[in-house]
Amino acid sequence: MKILVPIKRVVDYNVRIRVKSDGSGVDLNGVKMSVNPFDEIAMEEALRLREAGVASEVVPLTIGTAKAEDQLRTCLAMGGDRALHVVTDAEIQPLQAARILAELAKREEAGLVLMGKQAIDDDNGQTPQMLAALLGWPQATFASEVKIADGKARVHREVDSGIESLEISLPAVISADLRLNEPRFIKLPDIMKAKRKPLDKLELSEFDIAVPTVEIVKTSPPPTRAAGRMVKEVSELVAVLKDKGLI
Amino acid sequence: MSKVLIVAEAAGGKLNLTTAKAVTCAQAIGGEIDLAVFTAEANGIADEAAAISGVTRVLRVVHPENAAVRAATLAPQIVALAGNGYTHVLAAGSTTGKDVMPRVAALLGVPQISDIMAVQGPHEFDRPIYAGNTITHVKTDGSHIVVGTVRSASFATASSGDGSAPIEDAAIAVELPTHTKLLDVTTDTGDRPDLQTASRVVSGGRGVGSEENFKIVYDFADKIGAAVGASRAAVDSGYCPNDMQVGQTGKIIAPELYIAFGISGAIQHLAGIKDAGCIVAINSDENAPIFEVADLGLVGDLFKVIPELEAALG
Ligand SMILES: Cc1cc2nc3c(=O)[nH]c(=O)nc-3n(C[C@H](O)[C@H](O)[C@H](O)COP(=O)(O)OP(=O)(O)OC[C@H]3O[C@@H](n4cnc5c(N)ncnc54)[C@H](O)[C@@H]3O)c2cc1C
Ligand SMILES: Nc1ncnc2c1ncn2[C@@H]1O[C@H](COP(=O)(O)O)[C@@H](O)[C@H]1O
Repeated sequence: MKILVPIKRVVDYNVRIRVKSDGSGVDLNGVKMSVNPFDEIAMEEALRLREAGVASEVVPLTIGTAKAEDQLRTCLAMGGDRALHVVTDAEIQPLQAARILAELAKREEAGLVLMGKQAIDDDNGQTPQMLAALLGWPQATFASEVKIADGKARVHREVDSGIESLEISLPAVISADLRLNEPRFIKLPDIMKAKRKPLDKLELSEFDIAVPTVEIVKTSPPPTRAAGRMVKEVSELVAVLKDKGLI
Repeated sequence: MSKVLIVAEAAGGKLNLTTAKAVTCAQAIGGEIDLAVFTAEANGIADEAAAISGVTRVLRVVHPENAAVRAATLAPQIVALAGNGYTHVLAAGSTTGKDVMPRVAALLGVPQISDIMAVQGPHEFDRPIYAGNTITHVKTDGSHIVVGTVRSASFATASSGDGSAPIEDAAIAVELPTHTKLLDVTTDTGDRPDLQTASRVVSGGRGVGSEENFKIVYDFADKIGAAVGASRAAVDSGYCPNDMQVGQTGKIIAPELYIAFGISGAIQHLAGIKDAGCIVAINSDENAPIFEVADLGLVGDLFKVIPELEAALG
């Protein structure tokens, strides 16, 4: 079975982002970029499935700028077999990404698409479910455990009420939550090896992404909370809380 | 005029409060507001939905497959209903709403607006990105249906009890897929208030140190009638279950009072508490970033502060 792992190049989760003063977006100049953390977890899970003999090939892929090759190479260094890169400078929205991924899943005859539950830049959390819908495949989102046997996946999902256990037939789309696993560290020789692994570049024009999109009118910083105060002792804290009628 | 369809959500035979928050969001859009209740059998949920003020009608969809809520079986039913002249389809931004609505949007061939936090017009909305560190104002093309999830913490609960919307049975003739089976759901919430709707929340982080130590957080919460939350580090370390996680990838909450014990205040955690009325932070490190957003901060050891708080509150 072949596993596709769609990954996105995003601002590193440790970066404190700044909104551009003209409201046109977030300032990405000189900012550290990384593989979306959830996608790294999806990548790790795919590799473990290959190591367990469940999968035969793990293919990370991305739709993004030329620089997103860095993130694909990171995934190859983790252990991916080869990579696909749809190169574009355009802002690709979830439904468009899902259309491209659906086409690639068919071309590659993927048995499973394992991806992140959300990209931490736009926080949309849509692409996996949209992809499953377009393919007519089952979906298991927010996965914290994945077990595969007999053409089926048993997935534990992190839901508001606790943990849900779902059984889906393959092929399917599974999206990773934070507790699915802890991604491995990459060793230096693996980075060298990754440079020689196959990475196919594809043109955006190969894909039909003519769907309605969302227009971004303006970007602004969130409202700031009024400055708070420090109290010295518990008695003072309790007095203030009582005064405000909070306790 | 707009015609909004809201996918109602229920748990344990009761309507979720988040549905009434989605109604408030729909009221800001304006027009008619229909609530769709998907159940396996006629029960009291539709009556609860009909009692929410502002609701035009309740559509009850009874199908045996609705005994187990799954995106794969729910989405085609929602899509079938949406075809009846609706301009908007909304659901709460719960894990259920987040799971099913993008599937609905893709089947309809339209984009989705996730986590609507403000309505600027029937096709214009504000939503948070970058863990709430940026707000974007987005606009959809008025020619197609709007599909969205509602950020519950941003909207008040529409009042309940004074509405009396008619309840109609809606028959849906679509084939539902059989590829997805719900095996079970494990929940270990006790009698504590629900984290998402509680007016007071007490949270513990890595500073609490162990699952055993978390007992003092629970005991304190019980004393003040609060729900209990946690940071990701506390959940990852096995101190408490995943459904207690507050933050970007956990629950987004808006209690009147939020007390954080031993939580450093990472942006991903803060993303979940920005709408709290009053944030109180207790942390032994005076440089902990949580003090930058706390309304009230106290530098101290939580194991000393909690007993003192309990004593002071009598
Ligand atoms: C993609 C992504 C998503 C994430 N989503 C979330 C999320 O939804 N929610 C979330 O919470 N995190 C999330 N995180 C993790 C987040 O970045 C932080 O790692 C996490 O919030 C830290 O938890 P903490 O504050 O409990 O632990 P730490 O950062 O380790 O802080 C522990 C604090 O306890 C204090 N302390 C220690 N002992 C005591 C004591 N005796 N008394 C008082 N104080 C004490 C310390 O001074 C310290 O400030 C996410 C991370 C990523 C990458
Ligand atoms: N441009 C992209 N290229 C590849 N995968 C993507 C892209 N955008 C989103 N994804 C995948 O879809 C998941 C959810 O993204 P989103 O719906 O944008 O929150 C991500 O975690 C990725 O796995």
